[in-house]
Amino acid sequence: MKTRRFIPILTLVAVVILVQLVTQVVAKEFYLTQLTMTAYYSLIVIGLCLLMGFAGQISLGHAGFFAIGGYTSAVLTTLDLSTFKDAVFVALLTKLRILTDRQDLYGHALVSVHPWAACIVAALLALVISWAIGIPVLKLKGHYLAMATLGFGIIIYSIVLGTQRFGAADGISGVPPFPLLPGISVSGGSSLRVLNYYFAWLLVTAAMILLVNLIHSRVGRALRAIHGAEDASNAMGVDTARYKLSTFMLSAVLAAIAGVFLTHFNGGIGPSEASIIKSVRYVAIVAVGGMGSLWGTLIMSVVLNFFSLRGYFGTFDDAVFGSILILIMLFAPDGIIGSDLRKLIGKLNPKSQMANNK
Amino acid sequence: MSLLEIKNISKRFGGLQAVKDVSFSVRKGSIKAVIGPNGAGKTTLFNLVSGFLYPDVGAIIYQGVPINGKDPYEIAGYGLSRTFQHIKLFAHMTALENVMVGCHVRSRAGFLAGMLNLPWARREEQEIRDKAHAMMDLLGIAHLSGAEALSLSYGQQRAVELARALASSPTMLLLDEPAAGLNMRETADVAKLIARVRDLGITVLIVEHDMSLVMDISDEIVVLSYGEKIADDVPRAVQTNPEVVRVYLGEDDA
Repeated sequence: MKTRRFIPILTLVAVVILVQLVTQVVAKEFYLTQLTMTAYYSLIVIGLCLLMGFAGQISLGHAGFFAIGGYTSAVLTTLDLSTFKDAVFVALLTKLRILTDRQDLYGHALVSVHPWAACIVAALLALVISWAIGIPVLKLKGHYLAMATLGFGIIIYSIVLGTQRFGAADGISGVPPFPLLPGISVSGGSSLRVLNYYFAWLLVTAAMILLVNLIHSRVGRALRAIHGAEDASNAMGVDTARYKLSTFMLSAVLAAIAGVFLTHFNGGIGPSEASIIKSVRYVAIVAVGGMGSLWGTLIMSVVLNFFSLRGYFGTFDDAVFGSILILIMLFAPDGIIGSDLRKLIGKLNPKSQMANNK
Repeated sequence: MSLLEIKNISKRFGGLQAVKDVSFSVRKGSIKAVIGPNGAGKTTLFNLVSGFLYPDVGAIIYQGVPINGKDPYEIAGYGLSRTFQHIKLFAHMTALENVMVGCHVRSRAGFLAGMLNLPWARREEQEIRDKAHAMMDLLGIAHLSGAEALSLSYGQQRAVELARALASSPTMLLLDEPAAGLNMRETADVAKLIARVRDLGITVLIVEHDMSLVMDISDEIVVLSYGEKIADDVPRAVQTNPEVVRVYLGEDDA
């Protein structure tokens, strides 16, 4: 039983490796850059799928959490504390390797926060903010929840657009590489393209393993019960408020981590990452992937994000995602990953009945 | 010895006094019914006990612990499990999965254990599955386990709901109009099921509109009228209580 759950995971790993080999053979390695970015966007979308498809709670503010992650990391790693170099706490933090000496693009010596420390701060900040926002907002249902999360997204967008420290309309650039191992870092350098591609997809694979495990667990069943009949699940002992909040926080942290790594990969972040249309795009991808299907969502995320990043949609990029959302809601509320394919996935995994009956 | 004690509870919705100063107690191991005409406050009383509403005044004591003001999921944790008048099964889930949710309150694997698929969580999951199968066996609906819950007939859905409630290993079962929408034969089946539940040692509090169901199986009956308790006695005595007869047959009855 257990091994069957991992057949799709192994397929994912095989496809990731195959795609890399194919791009190498046909000498189109530059595709890997967009595929790496696609991986990070997919991280947000699968978290949102858990929230929307399983717990049944919509969020139109997930670009906000992505931005919280990305901007926190960008601000902290581009700080310059060299003027305070002699201050006791700066020396202490440097010793603890929370602060680090580095050079910016022009060779100036800087003292800024180590990317690992910044990543942890970003994730914690996303946790705290999603907790504080989630407690009041998740009491709402349906349209009201959508409006409230939309409002949150607009606030984050306004803050990053209107704050000098966040680079206003220009965003923040000059974000340093994120060191993983000696010689390996998350950055846009073409020499590290293959490694970055694998690291990004390793993150997605790890997240998929965790989420697939979760939806087949006691908690996943409780989340689907909340979706199916909230007051009945409460009467059966499910602390519905806490479960909704935890799921919201989990998806927010995934979005923030995606934001951190994509910002280091791109070397910067701009306010468009926080825009409402990005949030709508994520919701559209979950919808088109078939709410309640992590694999369908991942597949659609890869296809749509890759086409979008390659510029196939041209100036109609946002319109494409808007249209997709409208068309899906009208004609295929269960997504376009057909029920046949989902039955197939369900057969591979007899425990996952939800794939069939959604 | 009383398992549940309801002390002087009242609930008002705007100008409507839905429940007014009602007190009664439920003996351990007994079947107690609350009956009354439509609008008598039965369902309100039920929602007060199960935590869906909070009483304005009064106390609800379960096994010596006050439970008024607690949320439904906490009350489920104390061992009170309920069903709904309008069956509330979980959509897009099989009958078995519905019953497995019933085990939620007696199991503990959280987000981390689930995501990491820890060995003890896997064992617990297997125990939950076995327990759910056992409950469906007990109610004679084992053959329905793979069916999507909402695709079942009304009577079958009632049985699944009951199995789900029993899966939480309750000490007391709260049944909200279990015969609503059932024909006479199905009602008789439900009566048998309720008697079987009592024989398992589970105390039953049942709210019912239909006199015929409760007269046969109840040990004691509380009668409500316009939110007030007008009788609290064994079925035979309730049947001959002039006040009850007046409420059920109408006072202009000659």
